[in-house]
Amino acid sequence: MAAIKRILIANRGEIAVRIIRTCRTLGIETVLAVSEADRDTLGAKLATRAVCIGPARSTDSYLKVGTIVEAAIGTGCDAIHPGYGFLSENEKLAEACSENQIIFIGPQTAHLKAVGDKLTARRHAVDAKVPLVPGGNVSNPQEAIALAPDIGFPLLIKAVSGGGGRGMKRVDRVEDLATMFDMAVSEATAAFGDGRVYMERLITVGRHVEVQILSDGETVLHVGERDCSVQRRYQKVIEEAPAPGLPEKMRHEILDAALRFARHIGYKSLGTVEFLVDCERDAFYFLEMNARIQVEHPVTEAISGLDLVAAQIAIAEGKPLKLTQDDIRLQGHSFECRINAEDIEADFRPSPGRVGDVWFPSATGLRVDTHIQSGAMISPHYDSMIAKVITWGETRPIALQRMRDILAICVLDGVKTNIALHRAILDDDAFIEGGIDTNYLGQLLAKRPAALAIEKEA
Amino acid sequence: MSEKLTHSDIEEIMALIDGSSFDQLSLEMGDLKLSLRRTAPQSQAAAPAMEPVVTAPAASTNVPPAQPALPATEPATNANLIDVPSPMLGTFYKAGKPGAEPFVTIGSKVNPDTVIGIIEVMKLMNSVPAGISGTVAELVAPDGELVEHGQVLIRVQQD
Repeated sequence: MAAIKRILIANRGEIAVRIIRTCRTLGIETVLAVSEADRDTLGAKLATRAVCIGPARSTDSYLKVGTIVEAAIGTGCDAIHPGYGFLSENEKLAEACSENQIIFIGPQTAHLKAVGDKLTARRHAVDAKVPLVPGGNVSNPQEAIALAPDIGFPLLIKAVSGGGGRGMKRVDRVEDLATMFDMAVSEATAAFGDGRVYMERLITVGRHVEVQILSDGETVLHVGERDCSVQRRYQKVIEEAPAPGLPEKMRHEILDAALRFARHIGYKSLGTVEFLVDCERDAFYFLEMNARIQVEHPVTEAISGLDLVAAQIAIAEGKPLKLTQDDIRLQGHSFECRINAEDIEADFRPSPGRVGDVWFPSATGLRVDTHIQSGAMISPHYDSMIAKVITWGETRPIALQRMRDILAICVLDGVKTNIALHRAILDDDAFIEGGIDTNYLGQLLAKRPAALAIEKEA
Repeated sequence: MSEKLTHSDIEEIMALIDGSSFDQLSLEMGDLKLSLRRTAPQSQAAAPAMEPVVTAPAASTNVPPAQPALPATEPATNANLIDVPSPMLGTFYKAGKPGAEPFVTIGSKVNPDTVIGIIEVMKLMNSVPAGISGTVAELVAPDGELVEHGQVLIRVQQD
């Protein structure tokens, strides 16, 4: 297969900059597709070229398959990197790429289909003997009420086409089921253009553990697991690798289950298999597979030394992996804090605007992935992420202390950020001990005045 | 300060901007809006700071270079000319099919509904209306090449 010479990046923000970084290292030219709102961003400056694909609204720009492909053809690109979010797992984009002899840097359409539809993904999990949370497909309130006793309360109603926590509804009582079902369908229709939903048991005390998969279609490898249990409303806030305090037996079972799933569907690309670890039952369940680069991939890069974007590009070029499982040596511990422009005092409302001074110092064991420089604009049109601060250390306490140090001294003026929240978490005993569940952050916020007092002192 | 701008006021303002490093001036006084723009080629150098919006079209359709974004295509040579920007990214065609007469040429009268070209996006043809009334003064975007969203297609002398 031909080596890729020029990549159209169909994304924005920090991940666009991240992809450009690796492309520059590899000597690959980049064309960044930008909306009107993103013309002056760091990515637009760093890319070999930027092309404006439409207005700020992502439905009129970043989500337009035809425009993205046309932009790639018109600028002579031989591949498209979709990043995460937007069109990253869109079958139509993958299909349009293959119809136009453009390499889609991601899995083949068949794999997107296999994992993109959660019902299909669940079927594959059953076939691959990967454990699943009890649940099932429901198409109307009556079916939902009929299935509910088998699942048990509390349960979750989820959008078949959903992701990233969007389109989920928690139901605690059978009386609420019909109303919540209708709301879930409406939300799913509005958000994803697909009103199909399914229900599953809500594990009240669970950890989110996911496995990084790297596969050339023949060799299927894992690059360890990540723990993403620090979440607020299903949005990840802090991730770390490896998962702290996970019993070794379960860790191996989880890694094996992820490999089984990827092998079963013949997966070929970079991907992540997500699991929910049921702390009360000492069990784990398959959640979904994400067929893209993940926001939190840097913690895996930190402990493995791999460049996952470079690996993803090489696989897309058709190159066989030059690694075996034994070549992947995971060392030390890594954290990632997602720094968002949001007002933690006002229910985490996004706080877009122009940033003032920005300074993330260099330090041993530190990486900052960001598109924000002093004076940059945080657009109200997109997510509020400013930066991902990633630290590494020989041990978990060392990596943790490095994160505390950086967040204490970095400069980020002009907009409200969630740094105080991160600092409160990093100083909290339960987090320091490790192995917290997904309820953790909600509980910490409930005692917030005390938890955030640290900021007032600082 | 007087309520109305006189002819000599405007001359004075124009002299001021002429001697300054600015390329554009917008003035609003009550109902009055005055917009002045310095003409080419002087403004070319300053264009990136003021108009970072439009990038140069690709050099050829097949394998154009991935050149860095460039400042606006030639700025309008007359302050009264109105840019007609591309409503979308795609391949721009001046005529309905190869070899056919172009939709508009210099001197063509247009009204807001007049089709001035076609933009192809993934084999779908989208007609582009002028959006304003006037006379076509400049044909800017080349035929058969990629235009970006917002890139100037033609310029029209408004009625």
